[in-house]
Amino acid sequence: MKAIGVILAGGNNKGRLGQLTENRAAAALPIASSYRAIDFVLSNMSNSGIGKVAVLTQYNSRSLRDHLTSSKWWDFGRKQGGLFVFTPYISSTESNWFRGTADSIYQNISYLLRSTEEYVVVTSGDAIYKIDYSKVINQHVESGADITVVYKKMEDNLRNFGIMEMNEAGRMIGFEEKPEQAKTNCASLGMYVISRTLLIDLLTQGVPEGKYDWVGDYICENKDTLQIYGYEFEGYWSTISTGIIAYYKTNMDFLKKEVRNPFINEYPYIETKAKDEPPAKYNVGADVRGSIVGSGTIFNGVVESSVIFRKVFVGEGASVKHSIIMEGTTIGKGCKIEYAILDKDVVVSDGKDVIGTLDYPVVLKKGTVI
Amino acid sequence: MRKNEMLAMLLAGGQGSRLGVLTRKVAKPAVSFGGRYRIIDFPLSNCINSGVNTVGVLTQYQPLRLNQHIGIGIPWDLDRKNGGVTILAPHVKGGGDSGEWFMGTANAIYQNIDYIDNNNPEYVLILSGDHIYKMDYSDMLREHKETGAAATIAVLEVTMEEASRFGIMNTNPDGSIYEFEEKPANPKSNLASMGIYIFTWDRLRDALIEDNEIHPDSDFGKHIIPKMLDEGQKLQSYRFQGYWKDVGTIESYWESNMELIRTLPEFNLYESRWKVYTNSDHQPPAFTGVEAKVSEALISDGCEIYGEVTRSILGDEVYVGEGAIVRDSIIMGKTVIGAGAVIERCIIDERCVVGEGVQMGIGENIPNERKPGIYDSGITVLGDHTTIPANVKIGKNCVAYGKTVESDYPNGVLVSGKSIVKEGK
Repeated sequence: MKAIGVILAGGNNKGRLGQLTENRAAAALPIASSYRAIDFVLSNMSNSGIGKVAVLTQYNSRSLRDHLTSSKWWDFGRKQGGLFVFTPYISSTESNWFRGTADSIYQNISYLLRSTEEYVVVTSGDAIYKIDYSKVINQHVESGADITVVYKKMEDNLRNFGIMEMNEAGRMIGFEEKPEQAKTNCASLGMYVISRTLLIDLLTQGVPEGKYDWVGDYICENKDTLQIYGYEFEGYWSTISTGIIAYYKTNMDFLKKEVRNPFINEYPYIETKAKDEPPAKYNVGADVRGSIVGSGTIFNGVVESSVIFRKVFVGEGASVKHSIIMEGTTIGKGCKIEYAILDKDVVVSDGKDVIGTLDYPVVLKKGTVI
Repeated sequence: MRKNEMLAMLLAGGQGSRLGVLTRKVAKPAVSFGGRYRIIDFPLSNCINSGVNTVGVLTQYQPLRLNQHIGIGIPWDLDRKNGGVTILAPHVKGGGDSGEWFMGTANAIYQNIDYIDNNNPEYVLILSGDHIYKMDYSDMLREHKETGAAATIAVLEVTMEEASRFGIMNTNPDGSIYEFEEKPANPKSNLASMGIYIFTWDRLRDALIEDNEIHPDSDFGKHIIPKMLDEGQKLQSYRFQGYWKDVGTIESYWESNMELIRTLPEFNLYESRWKVYTNSDHQPPAFTGVEAKVSEALISDGCEIYGEVTRSILGDEVYVGEGAIVRDSIIMGKTVIGAGAVIERCIIDERCVVGEGVQMGIGENIPNERKPGIYDSGITVLGDHTTIPANVKIGKNCVAYGKTVESDYPNGVLVSGKSIVKEGK
């Protein structure tokens, strides 16, 4: 095994994702009827032959730990390798919350020191995409880069990203975080390949000097002293961390065959924790169209253009349109749900309506009863 | 030595020949059921839900799919440091130069006495991998211990008319058994044996060894139970109440699947208290297209439906093309139904490809010519990996197996009661 993985799942996206992340990490957000956001990056790692992965989490880490109780679903349960979940801890000398992305890696530097693999793949835990990291590593080795940053050419929303400028050889000569006027359309996807020893050297020097932020203090700072190269990724990529609209759209993207297929119909697949629910049941009166559906769900009403997770119940005469309905939620008889995100275990009583708009989908937080 | 209160021996070697082409390449316990399950998932899940965590699975007939399905038992939490699931296949024994098949149900256990002794149980639970039911074996064990019986046999009340099709236990008022009759013409009771036994291991061990001398094809119903009764050992009945189905024939298999799609089915898969576990490699969402119409159906993970599905059960990752119609049918995992095909009252096994515009299940209800006893309920059956070329018509009680091509269908038709079986890969 040439590389180990580090997944940065410690981010606090509270403000931007509102009630959805009140009690869960962004990386634990449910996606596309069957998955959690982190399943995508974990599966990418496993499918790329990376057998040893650390997940660095601190904000509402319980939700993530719940999902990661066993590593077997992603095939990390091996003697050589494995899945490690690190949260901030108290030692005899220090007790520190992670002060930034670089700091979160530094606080767990023993994970890097004890490994023997040559490279480290560092990535965030809340983006939805499918990539073969071994290709990135190969380019990294061939180009002789110190750090390789994966980017994608984006059409819009450039203001939400770190924008990279590369010379003809592909070497990064400029990096601007969330610029007003982007110089290029090459947006960093927050995925990096770096040799393990260089990462250890950079962090052991930088973090004690107060350099806690990986992008600002290490990527931007070192663009002239280190050989930082770009790797262009061309597939579907979407982040859910920028807000509720991004979360809503990412889920709705899965209603499109061209988005859905690479993840669920083309090997290697995205794996998730096994749930063992029975098949979805369509009773008399069910009419489900243009939607994706998780197992264990029971339909008695109408569903259109929606993302329905597992163990959902849709009552007789109910109608659900353009909505995301998470696991275990019950929609009573005759309810009308439109442009809504109903979190887990919500109960909508018979005859009640929940109606939002495309620009402002209504969010009902976990366990709400109306 | 580590003690193990009760271990289970699950007999999964039977062919289930009355399921016709469905068991051509797989043992009956490995046949799909209820969309995403296989029949063996029900007894295996009962084991782990009852706290029985050491299970020997005896295989013999076509064990490949069964072995792949069970693996090391991860889906049932039977991957354990101590105990867990062990596949027990017939093998060559030391001291001889040839192996021996399992000749009967009890003989299969006899040949695995070493496995049981190694686990050192006090009680042994004998199960078969043929039935659909939920049962708490720990409650049965409690009764077995309370009565101090040498063997406890689970029984189910059936109607008097049905009784002559079963092994019938004649019992005293205290539930002890005084007589066992196999398929009696004039049954004295309606308590049918479910083929589920708990034995006190040392008693069973002696009986197996003694009976092996006389009957090399030693069978629980025919030999062991009568022998123990003759010896005056205490045999107790355990009344089971609830859903129990032997899905032995094409028609009963079809019907018990169809019972699951009722609004309130007698057998409930949706309760979280007694979950049924299965091995499915990945669990993507199912998709129903904008033009799809699905009602009264069970649709498993990863299905893509662009046509109409009514009163049917679909396994994992089934594809139903645009304008296709599937009614009153069971379509097993990873099968593709081409656009515009019409499928009525059919059972289509795993990984089949039905071409565009095919019509299946039409015409007169004539029993199958080659196997009238198996295919006579109007249901047409495709074996696994079967290919049907576009636009052909197939009647009722037909069987197709293998890669069929247009020239196999005179005038583009396979009339009711006919079969096509293509050998080879």
